[in-house]
Amino acid sequence: MTETAAHAVLRGVTRVYPGTSQVHALGPIDLDIAKGEFFSVVGPSGCGKSTLLDVLAGLNPPTAGTIAFEGEPVAGSVPDGVGVVFQEDASFPWLTVRDNVAFGLRRLGMDAAEVTRRVDYAVGFMGLADFAGAYPAQLSGGMRQRVCIARTLVLQPRLILLDEPFGALDQQTRLLMGDELLRLWRETGATVLLITHALDEAAMLSDRVGVMSSRPGRFIDLVETGWPRDRDSRIVSDAAFGAITARLWSSLRTESMKAIGRG
Amino acid sequence: MTRREGLLDGTLILLAMLAVWQALYQYAGSAALTPPWATARYAVELLGTPTFWGHATQTLSAFAWSVAISAVLGIALGLWFGAFRFAGDVAEPMLASLYTIPKVTLYPVMLLLFGLGPSAKIAFGVIHGMIPVVLFTLGAVKNIRPVLLRAARSLRLSPMQTARFVLVPAVLPEIASGLRVGFSLCLLGVLIGEMFASQRGIGFLIINGINSHNVKLTTAVTLIVIVFAVGANSALLALDRRLHHRG
Ligand SMILES: Nc1ncnc2c1ncn2[C@@H]1O[C@H](COP(=O)(O)OP(=O)(O)O)[C@@H](O)[C@H]1O
Ligand SMILES: [Mg+2]
Repeated sequence: MTETAAHAVLRGVTRVYPGTSQVHALGPIDLDIAKGEFFSVVGPSGCGKSTLLDVLAGLNPPTAGTIAFEGEPVAGSVPDGVGVVFQEDASFPWLTVRDNVAFGLRRLGMDAAEVTRRVDYAVGFMGLADFAGAYPAQLSGGMRQRVCIARTLVLQPRLILLDEPFGALDQQTRLLMGDELLRLWRETGATVLLITHALDEAAMLSDRVGVMSSRPGRFIDLVETGWPRDRDSRIVSDAAFGAITARLWSSLRTESMKAIGRG
Repeated sequence: MTRREGLLDGTLILLAMLAVWQALYQYAGSAALTPPWATARYAVELLGTPTFWGHATQTLSAFAWSVAISAVLGIALGLWFGAFRFAGDVAEPMLASLYTIPKVTLYPVMLLLFGLGPSAKIAFGVIHGMIPVVLFTLGAVKNIRPVLLRAARSLRLSPMQTARFVLVPAVLPEIASGLRVGFSLCLLGVLIGEMFASQRGIGFLIINGINSHNVKLTTAVTLIVIVFAVGANSALLALDRRLHHRG
């Protein structure tokens, strides 16, 4: 942490959804995400996790506070080098898997051979090679989410924001997708911010996990995992894994109870 | 529905219609309409005459113009109303009520505006056909899943790129449905226009047949119109289904 520079910096960030009801959804948040760090966010549902992703990505302005990515303020638009995978299925239903993945590259006017090369790689990497010509309607929810990941991946973002990308998957597939995500993270050297509701997923994948309070979401605990960079899902049998998960849960328990109205 | 089931259904409907037609003929007699087989034979005969084609070209050209104008104006207005919520919120109920009033009542106004001649027919086709295109397009733009637009922003698309590469393809299936409905209504509008005030065209042939008690001619021309309309509609429906299937 100390030797790496901060890649994304949030200072006093809050977000209040305007309108008659004025929902204070987030913050204040102060957070430094290091370059190359794998940072996860866990928190009770409705606590503002997706809101955090939106303001960090520049999709929504913060009500107060500042956000910087690579030293530049984030305001009004998604900075170059930031890739987003949304919680909902955002694949384009009128395009095949291949064309979905190529979408961003084509808009950049990249030459066709390079597009093909990168798309083939990303499609293979996400295990979609057999479905390259299929339309999203022909795929399962989990596969569509992988199409969206591949579409973001081919643009080689330096900061990847993922909002519960494996929510639609069963536990086993989730663990394996987690391994793929780790492999991707290692190979690209990108910084990853992963939002998840699964404590084990956060504990296994991350360098650091931020635990959020119930709405308005603030960080109530930051847990360093201390995993080596070349970890994989087998660390779930490591003694430290149990300890980390237990700590996450003890931080989260009272907040989760508030979220279901028993606080 | 599979292709074969569709074919079977189609055949059954056709047979049922022929039976009803024959029954009506038995009931009303040759003063009102001619029986199916004789009509079909006369229709084929008509299709070989230059007089018929003189009228048909008039109708087809007015129809083509009104479809083209309805499509271009309808899609443009629909995208515009859809993109600007306020304009859409004002326009939608107005268009919906305009859609339900009998457009025949507007015909005198159209005649005053466009005079007798092809432009009045085209205008009449357009007022019938354009509104569904606008409404379908507008609805599709308003109901586009927000996450698709958020994805466009996260992929750093300009507003023009978003319109061209996300908005239009996302609403295309709905636009195709609107065009299909608009297409049928344009034909209806043009034919009614020709019936009211024209000396040319298929609508005129039908009304002229009725006025001169030429039952054979009226029934045969009506048959030709029906076959054309049903054929074109099925082709568009197939296209429509294919677009919707993808999504
Ligand atoms: N567009 C919006 N307008 C008003 N309130 C919103 C909007 N989006 C989210 N909220 C509210 O903000 C809170 C946080 O939402 P969100 O960030 O989606 O939570 P999470 O992703 O943690 O489940 C919730 O109470 C939600 O109802
Ligand atoms: Mg969320």
